Amino acid sequence: MRTSRKVFAAAILASAILTSGTTSMAAASDTVTIGFTVSETGPLNVDSLAQLHGFELWRDQVNAAGGLKVGNAKYKIKFVTYDDQSKSERVQQLYSRLILQDNADFLFSPYSSNLTATAAIISEQYGKVMLTTGAAEDKTYELGNHGLFQMYTPATHYLSSAMAVIKQKDPKAKVAVAYSDDGFSKAVAGAAKEEAKRLGEPVVLDEAYAPGTTDFGPIINKMISAKADAMVGGGHYADGATLARQMYDQKAPMKFICLLVAPDSPQFASLGDAAVGVAVPSQWEPSAAYKPDFGPDGAAFGKAFKDKFGNEASYHAAGGYAAGLILQHAIEKAGSIDSAKVIQALDATDVSIFYGRVKFATDAQHHGLQIGHEMVLAQWQKKGGQLTKEVVWPAAAQTAPLLYPLH
Amino acid sequence: MFGVLASMVDGVLVGAVYGLAAIGLTLIWGVMDIINLTHGAMVALGMFGLYLLFGHLGLPPYAALFPVAAGGFVLGVVVYWIAVHRVINRPPLMSLLATFAVNMVVIGIGTAVWSTSPYNVAFAVPGITWHGFTFTGAHILAAVVAVLIAAALYLFMRHTRLGKAIRAVASNRQAAELMGIPSHQVLAIAFGLGIGLAAVAGGLIATLFPFTVLSGDDYQLKSFVVTVLGGLGNPAGALLGGVLLGLIEGGVTPFIAVSWTPVIEFALFVVILIAFPQGLFGRRTAR
Repeated sequence: MRTSRKVFAAAILASAILTSGTTSMAAASDTVTIGFTVSETGPLNVDSLAQLHGFELWRDQVNAAGGLKVGNAKYKIKFVTYDDQSKSERVQQLYSRLILQDNADFLFSPYSSNLTATAAIISEQYGKVMLTTGAAEDKTYELGNHGLFQMYTPATHYLSSAMAVIKQKDPKAKVAVAYSDDGFSKAVAGAAKEEAKRLGEPVVLDEAYAPGTTDFGPIINKMISAKADAMVGGGHYADGATLARQMYDQKAPMKFICLLVAPDSPQFASLGDAAVGVAVPSQWEPSAAYKPDFGPDGAAFGKAFKDKFGNEASYHAAGGYAAGLILQHAIEKAGSIDSAKVIQALDATDVSIFYGRVKFATDAQHHGLQIGHEMVLAQWQKKGGQLTKEVVWPAAAQTAPLLYPLH
Repeated sequence: MFGVLASMVDGVLVGAVYGLAAIGLTLIWGVMDIINLTHGAMVALGMFGLYLLFGHLGLPPYAALFPVAAGGFVLGVVVYWIAVHRVINRPPLMSLLATFAVNMVVIGIGTAVWSTSPYNVAFAVPGITWHGFTFTGAHILAAVVAVLIAAALYLFMRHTRLGKAIRAVASNRQAAELMGIPSHQVLAIAFGLGIGLAAVAGGLIATLFPFTVLSGDDYQLKSFVVTVLGGLGNPAGALLGGVLLGLIEGGVTPFIAVSWTPVIEFALFVVILIAFPQGLFGRRTAR
């Protein structure tokens, strides 16, 4: 009796293994599975959903054209996604699940440096290729990773153009730096303070706040007390939009305001007059006219995005699409979906796409860090009663002169 | 110097709203010895109530506070009969668990409906500018409304038959019943009042800051600090405790990083618990 039970159990186990093997082989023959989490809910949802739309547009366009070209075969792209609720503990569970249960061939990062740092531990542990977008903090790319590749210009370069603008317009301007207490924002603010020191701009306020802060009154009062002329900092959409709104309500007399991330979203225009004059370092703007070696140009991407989703693409959306495009480029160059070959192809990547130049560091210490891409500075301005986002820096990419001073 | 004063004035304005939020918690504690862990969820429902009434039905925000209060009251009475009624006079852990369970249900439904994404009541009232510092109209009005509601509650508790019945039940439930006061109905009304106050406080907070379905937790924690400052079960003390907490927040933030504020608040919480276990403003004066 006992023996027959063992045989029965072994038969079930064997059939389960065989069935799962058959299923994954069948799936692998005509699809490439890309796994990632999206912050559909929680404070990161605005930027994360924009990024998701970028991924989706890329997938749909590639699938409509027959699929990814791998050697002589064509593979359809399949996404497996979960809501990470903007929480790193969810990311840890879900990336393990994406790799172990969903058999993802490749990974995209979640949105934000914090969540990506968690996802990267899992992706590296299992030797997966993960293209990161919306994850600019440098530290994650200094841990000796092998399969992690960054699409964004690193955080330490985010505010260099804002500091240059301040230097040019008012060399004696007093600068307030107020930023979210998360890895990305701290890295950006730290680099901005160094840059201010180098340029001889006095930093009169250096204040970190909890990422969930909703009452910025005390910080704004400190800026006014310190007689700051310019304010740089912020974090992500929720806190950045609130900070901008409350600075406007409290009539903070700043000549220049540059916030991270939030003002890039088209949703920022819902702040109305509180948005006017707020600048943002941007990874990409629709008006940026890079000549692509691969994929569509900026105008074609912008039009396709607007046709599909009904709104302008933010740089988060562009970053998502660009991540897909670079993965596609690498897979086509490698002629394989084998991770080791795709890593080799990504290491060799030096290509211009609608998003700008993309090249990754290949030295062991910074492997995967983005070293080819450059940012622009955009600013919300009012033209004919309508709010528009204009590129104001550098001069070569300028679509409108900088609005300065604001007060 | 003006900066410190401005920060303290801001603190007092926000503190009055903290006080209003805490009154609901302390009223329920004072009347029925229950620590109501649904408080944060009810504050959050008040926020969303105002958001829906203002954003979708177009009611002016301050007019929307009336239906928010009424809705909170009705919900409070319902929650009382479902979850609280049976655990009164049982060990404190029972009521803690019962109210915590209701809190989880409300937060769960709220998350399913609204997700945990931030919402914002896009609303501005002209403020007052003083030496370069601006106090927004929404802050000033929120503080005024909070004080008016607290005063109305005080008058209600002191000078109406129902208010006196609530105080009688709080003071000695058996004696009150012997005098012909239907204690269960009175307790249900008191619970409804506490939840109504939490909802109104949530509505007022929504006029000041963006919020998520989880935002009530922050104000629940602040309410605990405020009730300990003001004395457990003491509604008038809660308002003063809220103002004092706001004043402390406003007074220290010009000198330290704002991220240290919670550390100071909760250190104060421990110190007051040890040094003044009945709070700074006497004990249970509502009774």
